Amino acid sequence: MSTVSRGDVCAVACAEVWRNDGELVVSPMGTTPSVGAQLARATFAPDLLFSDGEATLVAGTWAVGSPPPGPAEGWLPFRSVFDLAWGGRRHVMMGPSQLDRFGNANISAIGDFARPTRQLLGVRGAPGNTVHHPTSYWVPRHTTRCFVPRVDMVSGVGYDSAAKAGPAASRFLDLRRVITNLAVLDFGGPDHAMRLVSVHPGVSIDDVVANTGFELAIDAEVPQTREPTAEELQLLNEVIDPEGLRNKEVRA
Amino acid sequence: MTEDEVIGRLRSGMTVGIGGWGSRRKPMSLVRAILRSDLRDLTVVSYGGPDVGLLCAAGRVKRLVYGFVSLDSIPLEPHFQAARQAAAIEVTEYDEGMLQWALYAASIRLPFLPTRAGLGSDVIRVNPQLRTVVSPYDDAEELLAVPALPLDAALVHLNRADASGNAQYLGPDLYFDDLFCTAAEQAFVSCERIVPTAELAELGGIASLRVPRWMVDGVVEAPNGAHFTSCAPDYGRDETFQREYVAAAKDPQAWQEFVHTYLSGSERDYQQAVAARGNAA
Repeated sequence: MSTVSRGDVCAVACAEVWRNDGELVVSPMGTTPSVGAQLARATFAPDLLFSDGEATLVAGTWAVGSPPPGPAEGWLPFRSVFDLAWGGRRHVMMGPSQLDRFGNANISAIGDFARPTRQLLGVRGAPGNTVHHPTSYWVPRHTTRCFVPRVDMVSGVGYDSAAKAGPAASRFLDLRRVITNLAVLDFGGPDHAMRLVSVHPGVSIDDVVANTGFELAIDAEVPQTREPTAEELQLLNEVIDPEGLRNKEVRA
Repeated sequence: MTEDEVIGRLRSGMTVGIGGWGSRRKPMSLVRAILRSDLRDLTVVSYGGPDVGLLCAAGRVKRLVYGFVSLDSIPLEPHFQAARQAAAIEVTEYDEGMLQWALYAASIRLPFLPTRAGLGSDVIRVNPQLRTVVSPYDDAEELLAVPALPLDAALVHLNRADASGNAQYLGPDLYFDDLFCTAAEQAFVSCERIVPTAELAELGGIASLRVPRWMVDGVVEAPNGAHFTSCAPDYGRDETFQREYVAAAKDPQAWQEFVHTYLSGSERDYQQAVAARGNAA
């Protein structure tokens, strides 16, 4: 009997993000979100679609990090990605370098934009993604460096920024969940502030608070993040992630 | 045409769009030809990869218009990072979809196209020239008006073309190469192989002929011209070479050696140096 690792719990927490999405294209960025997406489709969310990382939507279940065996079920070149995203039939999970209390996310640059201390990728599709379709975030290392009072460059739009920009920015904004190596969070606090939903087994509320650089909304009762079922654990270990890549990304 | 003839049609200060995506199907032999030229003060428009990195490292970029710059398998582009962190270039950073809209607006001769993408983000803060537009219909939504981005020239690399410039992609994704061409005053295609027109449709079917000659002003035969970026199905990304590029970019002396080995001669010299390295390994 295998024991449950923190990586297992995170993979299941990522999978849960897509539970009720129906027939949406999911775009998981990072290893554990990719494991979670495979797990969700193989179990409780069979209608999800996702790509091979290039331009092909692929059916079936395969080991993350390996080429998919197929079959191709659709074509999704970048030209179609923006149509899909702006039309709303997508749920992305992005990996922010900074994330703040109302869900503003930074993947562009750290420091002053005019002369960054550390240039990252650029805003990529984050501004468009967030104002058009459901967005979740994955943070493999939950620290005060990532969870900051205010991000340096708003790439993914948060609730406060969208409210300031007006109804057209808020209309389809739908920030779902933040999964970290410590906890599951959402934006169910006052004025869509970030709220602690559950802590992973072995993590205390104090651990989460100490590693978050702003005030979290915390209900009186905070449950533990659920562990994988026996079936899920078997799928993770034997089919979706036999090499345990999730356990390399997530430090307990 | 040759690469050098194409670059001879460009002038310093021009706005030049470069096709491909990240470290995929970039017109690298044309970029290398820019490095051999005396072009400077360019405004470069790109879904950026090592094209942007090389031009930044050589000091040819005045302004960069981009949604991202990445090497895909290596997320961050070291020369682009260095240029940004030294404030050596001016930048227009857009959402990726905004950049598509800007090229599309230029292509169909509209002054702007409306979108939600960008609203609420710091793209608006760092690009104070951007304006919004109010829908004239009952919804009265206030949307971002992405201004058209006309290009003086476009450089793209495709798999095949005929001698008149009918070009074809054989890989999984055209990216935005057709939009770069239609947004441009002059568009130049490099390709792996120039073939007789009759062979094009046989090779990939009619739907792969997405950059026809009315979009194109010149064609260059450039075998391995996208190296070290990918050019599926002709070849994949040269990951070993890309790692070598990144390692060299992080150290000034190593970079000098890299330039000396690969970038100080002709395209033929470059391809020979790359091949020699393969033989040695």
